[in-house]
Amino acid sequence: MSSVQIRDVRKSFGGFEVLHGVSIAIEDGAFVVLVGPSGCGKSTLLRMLAGLENITSGTISIGDRVVNNVQPKERDIAMVFQNYALYPHMTVADNMGFSLKLRGATADEISTGVRRAAEILALTPLLDRYPRQLSGGQRQRVAMGRAIVRDPQVFLFDEPLSNLDAKLRVAMRTEIKELHQRLKTTTVYVTHDQIEAMTMADKIVVMHDGIVEQMGTPLELYDKPDNQFVAGFIGSPAMNFLNGKVKSNGAAGFEGPNGVKLPLGSAPANSEGRPAVYGIRPEHFTIADDGAEAEIVVVEPTGSETQVFAKLGGEQVVAVFRERHQFNPGEKIRLKPDPSLVHLFDETTGKRLN
Amino acid sequence: MADIALQPRVRPPIREATRWEQIKSNRNFIALWFMLPAMAFLLFFLAYPLGLGIWISFTDARIGRPGAFIGLENYEWLWDDSIFWLSVFNTLLYTFVASAIKFGIGLYLALLLNENMPFKAMLRALVLIPFIVPTVLSALAFWWIFDSQFSIISWSLKEMGLITENINFLGDVYWARACVIFANIWRGVPFVAITLLAGLQTVSPSLYEAATLDGATRWQMFRNITYPLLTPIIAVVMTFSVLFTFTDFQLIWAMTRGGPVNSTHLMATLSYQRAIIGGVLGEGAAISNAMIPFLLAAIMVSWFGLQRRKWQQGENND
Repeated sequence: MSSVQIRDVRKSFGGFEVLHGVSIAIEDGAFVVLVGPSGCGKSTLLRMLAGLENITSGTISIGDRVVNNVQPKERDIAMVFQNYALYPHMTVADNMGFSLKLRGATADEISTGVRRAAEILALTPLLDRYPRQLSGGQRQRVAMGRAIVRDPQVFLFDEPLSNLDAKLRVAMRTEIKELHQRLKTTTVYVTHDQIEAMTMADKIVVMHDGIVEQMGTPLELYDKPDNQFVAGFIGSPAMNFLNGKVKSNGAAGFEGPNGVKLPLGSAPANSEGRPAVYGIRPEHFTIADDGAEAEIVVVEPTGSETQVFAKLGGEQVVAVFRERHQFNPGEKIRLKPDPSLVHLFDETTGKRLN
Repeated sequence: MADIALQPRVRPPIREATRWEQIKSNRNFIALWFMLPAMAFLLFFLAYPLGLGIWISFTDARIGRPGAFIGLENYEWLWDDSIFWLSVFNTLLYTFVASAIKFGIGLYLALLLNENMPFKAMLRALVLIPFIVPTVLSALAFWWIFDSQFSIISWSLKEMGLITENINFLGDVYWARACVIFANIWRGVPFVAITLLAGLQTVSPSLYEAATLDGATRWQMFRNITYPLLTPIIAVVMTFSVLFTFTDFQLIWAMTRGGPVNSTHLMATLSYQRAIIGGVLGEGAAISNAMIPFLLAAIMVSWFGLQRRKWQQGENND
């Protein structure tokens, strides 16, 4: 187990810079998730950590050793690939034992190592099978087994669940988290799925266009997003954004599109009349008589909750209710945002204002 | 909602398909029609000549005379014919040496061309050139290169002062064999290289990345990943390569006509010489037919080499 330090790392392909100075500190034993839309550079960063891509500038250290010029196999890391990258012509046992074999371990050492990892992952009955005879979830487990066998300092996961169906993904999510709690190995996990990030991470790093937008625990990111990008990225359904300006007539308030009045917990200093973006999560609406009038467009019940798409001041917003209401399309309801849970962002920079 | 009342659509009565319509849409019936042209082609251009060749080998046919059935007499003749046995030896030597070297060079080139390097597309195209040049044309070029008087190789070596007399490339038994084998390798390498390259490109790059992290050296990656994953393709390529080499005719005929003293006569060239030049069709056919057991053996080897491996995709066989 080791900590990982990424300091001002940049990466260019040809003349095109894809990472613009990324710094991340990962504590020993932490589970860190790099999340962001595709093309944000998260996979590139992971591959640089693994040694599969070279580092244009900046340093990466594992433990207290700078690994910029260390061969991948000397970095003492193990990686689980998105497509698993299992050797198709080797049995499960051979796949898992391959690294030990290359290291020159004896047959006994290999079989002990493989058996230990197979027991952790309940793969023992599958050891003699070939990858093509396994289901997606089993292949995923073999890929993890191959990583465990090496007993590395750091585990790297590159979107490991994106090839699985929705149900299996949820199950494997729990399995990976449980595995981490058991082995306590430092883990860096890349995904584009914010739910995966929220559910698994000790610490989330939100990346966008080659920079780190925000780092923090899942709930920090949910409760206090630094900017509009993070606010829109974390949470499902996504946060509603309404353009308008701060307008406090006595009490703090906000004038949304078409003059719709929205409550504000507290207006930032000297912000009267300032154009801004009003952010409110779908789950922070309530139905109240003093709410803003909205017309229901579509109602989507999911059982545990109901999603309501409605027009508020001409803009479409989504609200989620856990309690059951009788909603019909075309009906008018009064939606009231919880003033203490409103996020206010700068209209041009997207930076948080409150 | 809609203001215009929707007129109920007039539905025609449902009709059973006629017998003819059922036959027309029958998959097997359609498949038969698709297969007919290929079947006719194979019958006329493959089965008929093969059958005729086998029949002629049992007769004493000469050019212009149909000949009478003489049973295995042609084969008995061949059994005692030292030139025939020499041609068998030559063919086997030619095939094994040329195929082995073609495989080695082809695999090396394929691995090289699979790397990322500048002008990759152009280099790949260049490798194909020997394959594109008509055989006779390249044979003629080699004929000049290996000429006893005007050989550029002899000339260069003399200029460098390494030898004093021309090398008699196509006039010496061992030199002649080496020269035709060299020419065959030059022609055959592109086929092996390009086909193996196609096979290499089906290997997922992430396997190499995984192996890199597992700590494999380049040789270990080749030995443990590339080679095993390539074996099915190697089996196909080498079967074809062996078949083409074993039945080679053009190159030999254009360069040496089987000489000197029959030392480069292959079974195909000997058959041609006896049947067409010498006019003894029956004996020529018998020589040709004598190739069949060897070719079948080569196909059997690849048949077992091509057996679906347990790890390969396909029907379940566990």
